[in-house]
Amino acid sequence: MVNRIVVGAHYGLKDWIAQRATAVIMAVYSVILLAAVGAIGPNTYEAWRGLFANGFMKFITFLFFLSLFYHAWIGVRDIWMDYVKPTGIRLVLHVLTIFALLGYAGWATQILWRL
Amino acid sequence: MAELSIKKKRPKNLDLTTIRLPLPGILSILHRVSGAGLFLCLPLLLWLFQSSLATPESFATFKAVAAHPLVKIILLGLLWAFCHHFCAGIRYLFLDVHMGVDLESARLTSKIVFAVSIALTVILGVALLW
Repeated sequence: MVNRIVVGAHYGLKDWIAQRATAVIMAVYSVILLAAVGAIGPNTYEAWRGLFANGFMKFITFLFFLSLFYHAWIGVRDIWMDYVKPTGIRLVLHVLTIFALLGYAGWATQILWRL
Repeated sequence: MAELSIKKKRPKNLDLTTIRLPLPGILSILHRVSGAGLFLCLPLLLWLFQSSLATPESFATFKAVAAHPLVKIILLGLLWAFCHHFCAGIRYLFLDVHMGVDLESARLTSKIVFAVSIALTVILGVALLW
């Protein structure tokens, strides 16, 4: 048992909460998407495109993607912290992970706002 | 300092070939593995998502690619990764609020996570991929 007061800077509490908050957003979105796909049964291109072109769906899909990339950042960062000990290599991996996820966020935005 | 020297004397076994992980431990490492796998496949998934939505032609390409047996197997694997990560994640949310932390229920909920995630993978795999 570690007895320390979890206040102040950089105890990881913010990331811990963010990981869980983004997880809940993604879980709720997954259920909504599955229900929508189950209800509409989008078999054609028009129906599939129409599903994501809908304003509300576009908004929550965007929220899902942002949650996904933030969640992935925390999880992948934890993996690097657990297994990669040399500071230099770890730093490079952290930076590459951030760049990749930022790129994906831009890509996902582009996919959605072309609709 | 006293605490540090005690810690150093503790016996350690980090030999992966002799460690027998209990079920919650297997669930835990698979939670990490499935998360890492999903992360590594994000470019593929985003590309598939883009193809499915961009134009009627790219949609046709998407359907053709997704119909390939090898792609189907990869997508089925990713579907399992998603379902396992999802179910194990919900279990962790309950553990966070101190529910199901005793040994017996931790083992039971691990079994439930494996059963539900594999069942979901089969059901969704049949519905979406075949």
